[in-house]
Parts: sequence; C-alpha cells; structure tokens
Amino acid sequence: MIRELSRSIREYRKPAIATPILVSLEVVMECIIPFMIAELINQIKAGCELGTLLRYGGILVIMALLSLLFGALAGTTCAIASCGLAKNLRQDMFHSIQGYSFENIDKFLTSSLVTRLTTDVTNVQNAYMMIIRSAIRSPLMVVFAFTMAVLMGGRMAWVFVCVIPILVAGLALIVCRTVPLFKKVFIKYDNLNASVQENIKAMRVVKSFVREDYEQQKFDVAAQDVCADFTKAERILALNNPLMQFCLYVVMVFILSFGSYVIVTSLGLDLDVGQLSALLSYGFMMLSSLMMLSMIFVMITMALESGRRIAEILAEKSTLTNPQNPVREVPDGSISFEHVSFKYSLAAERMALAGIDLQIKSGETIGIVGGTGSSKSSLIQLISRLYDATEGVVRVGGVDVRDYDLDTLRNQVAVVLQKNVLFSGTIKENLRWGNKEATDEEMIEACRLACADEFITQFPDGYDTYIEQGGTNVSGGQKQRLCIARALLKRPKVLILDDSTSAVDTKTDAKIRKAMREYIPETTKIIIAQRTASVEDADRIIVMEGGRINAIGTHAELLQHNDIYREIYTSQNKAGEKDGE
Amino acid sequence: MENKTESRMIRKGVIGRLLRTIREFYPVMMPVTIVCIAFSAMVSAVPTIFMQKIIAVIEENRGGSWSAMSGKVFSLVGILICFYIVSLLSALMYNQLTAVMTQGTLKKLRGKMFNGMQRLPIKYFDTNNHGDIMSHYTNDIDTLRQMISQSFPQLLISTITVVCIFCIMVYYCLWLTAIVLVGVVLMLTITRKVGGGSARFFFRQQTALGKVEGFAEEMMNGQKVIKVFCHEEESEAAFARLNEQLYNESVRANRYANILIPILNNIGNVLYVIVAVAGGALLLAGIPNASLSGMALNISIVVPFLNMTKQFVGAINQVSNQVNAVVMGMAGTERIFNLMDQQPEQDGGYVTLVNVTEKDGELTECEERTGLWAWKHPHQADGTVTYTKLTGDVRLFGVDFAYEEGKTVLHDVSLYAKPGQKVAFVGATGAGKTTITNLLNRFYDIADGKIRYDGININKICKSDLRHALGIVLQDTNLFTGTVMENIRYGKLDATDEECIAAAKLAGAHDFITRLPEGYQTQLSGNGANLSQGQRQLLSIARAAVADPPVMILDEATSSIDTRTEAIVQRGMDALMEGRTVFVIAHRLSTVKNSNVIIVLDHGRIIERGDHDSLIAQRGQYYQLYTGAFELE
Repeated sequence: MIRELSRSIREYRKPAIATPILVSLEVVMECIIPFMIAELINQIKAGCELGTLLRYGGILVIMALLSLLFGALAGTTCAIASCGLAKNLRQDMFHSIQGYSFENIDKFLTSSLVTRLTTDVTNVQNAYMMIIRSAIRSPLMVVFAFTMAVLMGGRMAWVFVCVIPILVAGLALIVCRTVPLFKKVFIKYDNLNASVQENIKAMRVVKSFVREDYEQQKFDVAAQDVCADFTKAERILALNNPLMQFCLYVVMVFILSFGSYVIVTSLGLDLDVGQLSALLSYGFMMLSSLMMLSMIFVMITMALESGRRIAEILAEKSTLTNPQNPVREVPDGSISFEHVSFKYSLAAERMALAGIDLQIKSGETIGIVGGTGSSKSSLIQLISRLYDATEGVVRVGGVDVRDYDLDTLRNQVAVVLQKNVLFSGTIKENLRWGNKEATDEEMIEACRLACADEFITQFPDGYDTYIEQGGTNVSGGQKQRLCIARALLKRPKVLILDDSTSAVDTKTDAKIRKAMREYIPETTKIIIAQRTASVEDADRIIVMEGGRINAIGTHAELLQHNDIYREIYTSQNKAGEKDGE
Repeated sequence: MENKTESRMIRKGVIGRLLRTIREFYPVMMPVTIVCIAFSAMVSAVPTIFMQKIIAVIEENRGGSWSAMSGKVFSLVGILICFYIVSLLSALMYNQLTAVMTQGTLKKLRGKMFNGMQRLPIKYFDTNNHGDIMSHYTNDIDTLRQMISQSFPQLLISTITVVCIFCIMVYYCLWLTAIVLVGVVLMLTITRKVGGGSARFFFRQQTALGKVEGFAEEMMNGQKVIKVFCHEEESEAAFARLNEQLYNESVRANRYANILIPILNNIGNVLYVIVAVAGGALLLAGIPNASLSGMALNISIVVPFLNMTKQFVGAINQVSNQVNAVVMGMAGTERIFNLMDQQPEQDGGYVTLVNVTEKDGELTECEERTGLWAWKHPHQADGTVTYTKLTGDVRLFGVDFAYEEGKTVLHDVSLYAKPGQKVAFVGATGAGKTTITNLLNRFYDIADGKIRYDGININKICKSDLRHALGIVLQDTNLFTGTVMENIRYGKLDATDEECIAAAKLAGAHDFITRLPEGYQTQLSGNGANLSQGQRQLLSIARAAVADPPVMILDEATSSIDTRTEAIVQRGMDALMEGRTVFVIAHRLSTVKNSNVIIVLDHGRIIERGDHDSLIAQRGQYYQLYTGAFELE
C-alpha cells in the first residue's frame, strides 16, 4: 500500500526531502538556544561586562532568526509536499478510474469513489504532513534535548532516563487501548450517518406514515450507542494530558530539590542556577515531543484505512486492455457472435449469456425483446467490448473485437445506454461528446434525425440551453432524444439503442426509426425495446429468454410461432386494438 | 474584507449560544469543569514562585552547607508537591469531564437536530440539497467536537495562565513585564494577520474541494457514458484543472498555518533572549527595581522570569493554534443552530381520529382498537363534540396552489371522490399531478380554495391523523435498513407477523419474499439494493396495505419494468385499491381505464374529465395520449 501511494509523490519529492532536513536544523537551533541562555545567565550572575551581555544576546537573536527561517521554510516545503501528494493522488485515482472497464466500474459505488477522491485523500494528506514534519521533529527533539541535558546537567539528566519510560509506556498503553476502540466506533458512526441519509431521502414516506417519533427513537438508540463508545475512547485518550503533567511535575520536583543539593554541594561547579532553568526547558521539550508523537501515531493509524482505500483504486487494473498491434479501421457494420457465453465476473455462478450464435449483416435493423434479466443489455455490451466474452468470439466487420483499438471500436459502434446521462453544460457541449469537431449544421442534422431539433428550437436559448447536472431540466423523453443525437454525431457503422426511446411517445419513436432507415441505411441498427411497437418494422427480431436466444424472426413470423413474443405483444396491444387506432 | 465582517457576524452570539446550550445540557458538570480548569491553570503558574524562593535560598546560602538549608528547600518542595497533587487531580478531573461532556453534547445536539428535522415541512427537503442537509451531521458536528473538547478548554487555560503569570510578573518586576507585553502584542498582531489569512484560505480551500467533489460525483455517475464516448482524456483534463486550483488554495492555506507556529515560537525565543539580556543589563547597571512586591532585582527573579516568559508565550501559541479550529467550529455551529431554528411544520388542526363503536347509528369513542374510526370534531363555539364516521370521501373546491409565489401550478381545481371511487390523474410532466397529492396530505398548504375529507376541511384536521387516514405509494420506493418484515411493519407498528404476511400476500409480494434466502427475515440495506425495482414496489405496496387506510394515493413508478413484473405489480395495486377511495397518478395508461373518473391535467388546469369511454369518444387530449400520439411521462 505504501508503495502504491508513494508512487504519486513524483515532482514533490524534493520538498518532501527538504522538509525533514529543514526541520532538523530548526530543532538543532531550538535546542542550542536554552544552552546559550544558561551560559548567559551564569555570565550575568558572575557580573560580566555589558559588552559580553550584548554579544551573547546578538548570537541568540541570530539563532532565533535562523530557527525562524528554517521553520518557515519547512512549513512551506511541507505544505507543498503534502498538498502536491494529495493533488497527484487525486489525479492518479481519477486517471485510474478513467481506464476502468465496465467490470471494474461495477465493483465500486459512485459515492465510495467520490469519498476516496476527497475525504480519504485529505486524511492521507494530513497524515503525510505529520510524518514528514512532526514525526521527524519529535524524536529528534527528544534525542537532542536529552543530549544537551546530559552535557549540561550530567547526573541530573538521569531523571529523564527514569521518567521517559514511564511516559512512553503510559502513552503506548493509551494508544493501544484507543486505536481499536476508535476503529470500531467510526464504523458505527458511519452507520449512524447512513441511517440519517436514509431518513432524509425517505422523508415523504416518514411523514406519510406519521413515523417521526418512531424515527426519532430509532435514531436516539443508535446515537446513544455511538456516544457511549466515543466517550469510552475519548476518556482513555483524556488520560494523556494528566500523565504528561505528572511526568513534568516529577521532573520539576526532582530538579528543584536535587538540583539545589548539587549546586550547593558542588559550589556551582557541576551545576548552577542558569543550568537549572535550562534543564527544565529541555525536560519540557522532551516530554511534549513524546506526547506529540503519540498523537501522531493515533492519527496515522486512522489514516491507514484511508490509504488502503486509495491504494485499492490505484491497484485496480482494468480488465480490458488494448491489443499489441490494434486494428484501427472497422471495415463494415456486420456483427457475428460465435458460441459466445458470458458472465459478469469469474466468481459468478450464473452465465448471463450462454451459447449465443448470431450473424448480423451490415446495414440490417435488428430488434431485441425479452423480460428483465433476459440479458438483452449484456448481449449488446459485448459488441462494443464494454465487457469481454467469457467464451467464444464476437466479431465486428469480420474482426475479433479484441483485436481492435478500443477507441476505434467504440467510435464506430455507438451505444446509447439504458441508464444514460447528460452532463452539466450547454446542449451543444453535450452533443460534442459525439464529435469534438462537429459543426453547427452537423449537430442540427443529428438532432433532426433524433427528433430533438423540434423541442431544442422551442427553448429560448436553443442549442445553447444549459443542461443541469443529470439533465434534470429536460423531460425523460427529451433526454433520450438528446442522447440519441449525441450518438448519431459519431457517424457510427453500428448504432445500438438500449431501451432508448421508452419515454418517447410512439409517434416520435416511429419518426426516429423512419429517419434512421432513410438517412443512415448503411449503419447497422440494433434496438432493444420493451414495446413491441418499437421493433415491429425491424428486419429481424431477437427474442431473449434467460440469457439465451429464444427465437429470431420477423414480426409476423414471431407473432405466429413464438409464445413469448405473442404474450408480450398481446399484453401491450389488447387495449389498443379494441379501441382502435 | 467582506468575508471578514461576515465571519465576525457569525462569531457574535453563536459562541454564547453554544455555551448556554452546553450549560443547559450539563447544569452541574459544566461549572465544575470550568472550576477544575481554572484551578489547574492557576496551579501551573505557582511553581515559578517556588523556583524564585528556592533560588533565593541557594543564593543566600552560597558557600554554606547543604544541611543548613536542606530544611528550607524540602519544606518548599513539600508545599510544591501538594500544589502539584491538587493540580494533577483537577487536570484528571477536567479532562475526563470534558471528554464526557463533549460526546454528550454532540449526541444531544445530534438528537435535537434530528428531532427538529423530523418536524420540518417537506418543503425544506424539496428545496435543500440532501447532501447539504447531511453535512450538518458529518462535517459540522465534527468541527464542533474539536472546538468543545480542545479549543474551549485550551482558550480558558491560556487566558487564566496569562492572567496569573501577568500578576506574578508585575509582582516581581515592572520593567521586564513591559518588555514581555510589547512582545506579546506583536505576537497577537501576527496571529491575527497570519491566522486570519489562514482561515480565509481554508475557506477557499473548502470551496475548491467542493468543486472537485461536485465534478467527481458527476463524472463517476456518468462513467459508463464516458467510456462509450471515449471521453476519458477530456474529463481527465477538466479534472486536472479543478485539481490544480484546489492544490493552489490548499498550499496557500497550509503554508500560512504551518508558518504561524515557527514564527510565534521564535518570536518567543527572541523575547526570551531580550528578557535575559535586559535582565542582565538591569542587574549590571543597578537600576532600581519597580515592582508590586518591592523586592530588589536579583538573579532569583531573572531566572524564574525567563520561565514565565516561556509559559506566557506558550499560552499565546496555544491560542493561535486554536484559531483555525475555532473559526471552522463557529461556522459549523452556526449551520447547526440554523437547522435547529428552522420553522417546524405548522399544524393548527384540532380534529382527531379516534376509535369508536357504533350502536344504533350512534358513535361512541373508545380506547381499544375496534377497526371502526371516526373524526372527533370539537366545536369551539358551543363546546360540543361531534363524531363523523371515517369513510374516505374527498372533495376539492377551487384549489389554487403555487410552490413559489407568482408561479401558480394549480388553477381552480375542483373534483370529488366518493368512498370507494377511483380517480386517475393524467397529464404531461409538470401538469400538476404530483402536486395534488402533496396537497391532499398537507405536505404543502393550498393558497386558495378548500379540500374536505369526509366533509371536514383538512386544515382543521390534525396532520398526523390526516396522514393516518391517507395511504400513499410513492413512485420512488424508499425502503429502510432492516428486515423485510420490519419494512412492511413500517405501515403499522403494532401489526403482528400474520398481518404483515397477509398484507404481503395481498400485494403479491409473498411469493418472492419466501424465495429470498431468509424469507421475511432477510436484511435489506441501501434502499433494498439487493432487490429488483419491481420487488421494491411490491414491498412498498405491502407496506401501504398493512396500514389499511380508507383513502390511497398511488403514484406509479415511471421507470420501465418488463411486462411480466408490471403485471404482478398491477395485480398488487388492484388488490390494494379494492374497497378504498383511490387517487392514481398515472404515468402509463394501463392503470387508468377502469377508473370512475379520469382527470386530464395540463399546466395546472383540468382540461378534460370523464370515464375512459367518454373521453375516448371526445377525441380530445386523452384520446391523443392514449393512442400514443403524445408524450406522457
């Protein structure tokens, strides 16, 4: 995991290395200052000249300024290094996701991907900042301060040797107890928030059934549980501060009493008043650094989970790759399935498609009908290689789809997905997804074919109308027609409509089909539909049932020989026939 | 500049209100904690005095024997230890109390927020982004935790420490105190400048992060479309732009925050040096001391003074460390209070639904469930109470309605549904079909006109009772985390297992439920993610069936389900409609045909009404819709 994440450091390696160096320099300065001050005090006591005094003062001020410089530089490099890592992590994740196949995408929830791109990266960024700055600073501080204390206080420094293990043991105990508690409580906390989200989304249901009080009780129980666990963890963590104070007090008492003894008995040779205050300074530095270290440890442990979630995204390899010497030209729109079986993941028990053999001629119009779960969508998704067939071969234009360059194939085989999406931006911007260089005339033509022009021109801003995120400001039927126009702009050799006119009225639906027949006759068209009316005039209709092809034929043939088709047809046309169209 | 005044605006009142709220929650614990913190802070200033005394003893006895002075030193150290013990105990106490109080306060605030939220009108949820409402419970509460558990105690400690040390300083030497004060003023100025800048940049960083999040969400949602259009590079480039912006803002914000600490630390160091040099100079020059104690300046004062300078600077550093947390915490607190202050759903209703027994046409109220309900209508004028049997007769008279002022979505709608009748609404998107149901159960209140339920104006009916008397199956099915059984029981909390199963059978859901791995005990999560769309609809029908209300509103699902499942759902709906007054919002026309009356809406007006045959004969809008010449969704 660390290796995955560290790959994203790249151009921010320099500031990342500079930070600990600068921090070390800062620490050195900070540790020497009390030493010099002790000297100064002893000089004062000895009644030195004003000149000496000022010289010492000057040196000290310069050291403080140096320390400031190093500190400020370290702060800057640290900010650049950590924010840079965060930026690269986000970009790398996004890049990685862009390379995912449909199979990869199916694995992750949208919301979880977004959390990983934002919250998790922020957690890692903060932990990284801690590591390159404080995690180096604190141990260094302990070592330096201890060295200085030994240099100055001699025997006196032994008090630290006694106190530090107590503090370390205490802190370690606290960390060990709290980390698993926090881990547990954060899961509960997430669940609590998930239930709040559920409640917000279902507010109409809650209010219709007058369940406000019931929801409140449910929430209180869960919140109480979270609160109890959190309190337990926080109370243990709250021992940190008194423990630290205890150690500090022990040091103070020892240094004051034993220190006085040493000063008096050694006549100020081993130790003097000046050193006394310096020793206290060092004591404080060491102890607070150790406490800082324990806090960092807790934070890093918590960030580990975030790091793992990010690494998961980075490590996920696309299940589809471009071949070595890809074919970059699709000869024609013919399609063939040879003994194709398919399942969504290797682990899946059930085959989504089994034993598919199918030949489609270039320019043919094919309708596909069948119930939910009959794998209509699975079948067409193999054509533009959104998934790879588990067994058998799918060919487009006589070439195995796995031999094509992916972009070439997908530009020539246009799919209008069932769950389609428009993006925030103007209608034109959305249409240009199909073809970046499309001229206004081409766009208008595509929209005429898709019967979208008629409503676009009704909008006050026409083709520059802004589409809200998710296309919420156009109706379902309009959205579908825009999606079809977008796909038409590709000028594909194969056009696949996956239930793409379900919200379009039957007349417009027929108009679109007629336009396609007349204006793009050479394009192979595959239409999946719930309504038999949408496929009636297709050259051939495929009836899917349980992942297999149940029958193929024209409308008239199927109506006569196929039970499933007849059942679908009659259930939809019973009413219509009686009342007459 | 504007930002600054704005954040100032937030500051006022919010903190005070938060503190008052905590005191309300913990009337005893909070003052005790404050006393403990104050005690601990004061005691921590004391050692300096002992240090001065001990050094004075050493200096006095310089060259003398240890045994001659050990008594004095040990008695001083003894007293010091006593102080320490007290300090430790109060520190232990306040740390524990703060931990308990912080979590308790968060829990209670969460509860209050949630409770308040349950009482908010639907309008709030329709007009506010759900993600935004959600962030009250996540981001905002999180900022509060930091503020209550760390910032508040730290600020209090620092203030008290500063005051105590200042007093001791003044007691010892005015000259050196003056130097320290100058340094402190400088530090505070820098904290305000740099800290303020940092806070501003942190806000900007949050905004940039919000943009990245929004973009990522849209792209992740459309990931499959991106693939189909080979649009990966473009979306990556767009992401890179936003990402770069975020990077710039966050480097700025973090740099400010990171630099502040070394700056303050080293100003502290410089101050420390200046005090040492100045002290030495004063000693050397023999300038008479000015102090409250009247003590002469000597080394036993200069050394502790240096320590005090450190403590003083440390306290101020602690304050500046909390600046960001406090600014963010305040913004969060503000939002939380805002949510809690939202006007709850108003309910002026006084007509309630009660169980009754019927004897010779006379209705008598009773406690137990009789299966027979009546509206209890107290008349304020003469103090009498009348009972009206619950039958399910709904009438609308000249109803006008607008979600936003000036944009009327329903114009003069009048219609009636007698008990057991079925009324269907048909019309294009935005024609006002769903709006009518919003009005029937008073999710929104009408602007003009009247709606009567069993002859009673629904404005007079208690909202909860009105909603009990109206069942609703929404087009977006919302299921809750829990078992299938619990989800059905949601319709009637005291329903027995048998009742729930009977309802499932009625809805046609029993079949598929028994085929689930654990039948009725199967756990559902994520809005029933493991069920198909049709199955979710069947469950929501069962849930409405177990509630058994006399009037039902059925909002058909728009998403296409295949013909077979649709037939099953249809049968469930039909069974549910049996013997009830039903309002159907039709998205497909298959359900509409056998309605007693079909209402065709267009831009909020009723343009046609009648039964199927008469409307077909009219050859109007309905005929067009029915024959598929017109888009319906």
